Amino acid sequence: MSKRRIGVLYSRLRVEEKWIFAALERRGIDYDRLDDRDVYFDLDQPEPWLKYDAFLMRSISYARGLYALHILNAWGIPTVNTAAVAETCGDKLITSSALRKAGVPQPHNVIAFTPEAALDAIERMGYPVVLKPVVGSWGRLLAKINDRDAAEAVLEHKNTLGSYQHSIFYIQEFIKKPGRDIRVIAVGDKIITAMYRFSQHWITNTARGGEGQACPITPELEEICVRAVQAVGGGVLAVDIIEHPERGYLVNEINHTMEFHTAQPVNNVDIGDVIVDYLLSVIKNEGR
Amino acid sequence: MSTVNCPECDAEISLKADVAECEIIVCPDCGVELEVTSLEPLTVEVAPMEAEDWGE
Repeated sequence: MSKRRIGVLYSRLRVEEKWIFAALERRGIDYDRLDDRDVYFDLDQPEPWLKYDAFLMRSISYARGLYALHILNAWGIPTVNTAAVAETCGDKLITSSALRKAGVPQPHNVIAFTPEAALDAIERMGYPVVLKPVVGSWGRLLAKINDRDAAEAVLEHKNTLGSYQHSIFYIQEFIKKPGRDIRVIAVGDKIITAMYRFSQHWITNTARGGEGQACPITPELEEICVRAVQAVGGGVLAVDIIEHPERGYLVNEINHTMEFHTAQPVNNVDIGDVIVDYLLSVIKNEGR
Repeated sequence: MSTVNCPECDAEISLKADVAECEIIVCPDCGVELEVTSLEPLTVEVAPMEAEDWGE
């Protein structure tokens, strides 16, 4: 059997990438670190890329990562995650649609394409609501809309100042969290770790200052997360869960190029190792 | 341990022996994010700013 060769496409060498590289090296796996700023893909000449048995996508840019995955998958190269999973998870609207189709509990979401329709929808939902960009991460550009004045202003700003995507108005009910949410890491159908993210702010991302603490993986939490990752196609995913006071666990979003620099030390699980195990299983399942 | 100077504020920054290319460090003086763009010679530049589609 020839030796495996892995490609890792990345943007920045974060601690997560270091942990993953260390896991690959411990296994003696040949791999190449590819900076997404330096590579280019000639669609008529896939040969330089076909030497890879699989690719791990760690690009911080949704667009770069997604298009690279589409190209690699079109060439028959297995990737973690797949382009289909990245496309579903990277767009909140597509994620919500997939969750709805699978009957996975999530916050109430309404979509509109004009400020007028969005305002009408918001008035029907009642205040407060949350406006989110369909593509975005790290808690950026979220707006809690407390009244009609705020709704009119933010909708106008998004429509005028934003790219075309900001005129896809993703409106979500506001849920008062108990000062925290839950970040669950799933690899395949297995829940690996769960972490509370505490914050006094309604945005609880650790990128916005949320602090991590180990969260027990109850059967109920496991069940909703497994259903959620299956709904979006599965892979190496981070599921963000909101605890609703009456409705229980709701899936807020699913991340396909997750960070885990907080989750790994909080739960004392070598997540990089688990990711590499999964990557190797994908190669095996593809018969390569 | 190696040292470099911050391109923004000229503060001397000590880097760990296992620092890697493309790694991001933060200047302890002015707080700017820097990227290690070369190990030989050891070079840091102001890191690219976060783009709208960056994240998880």
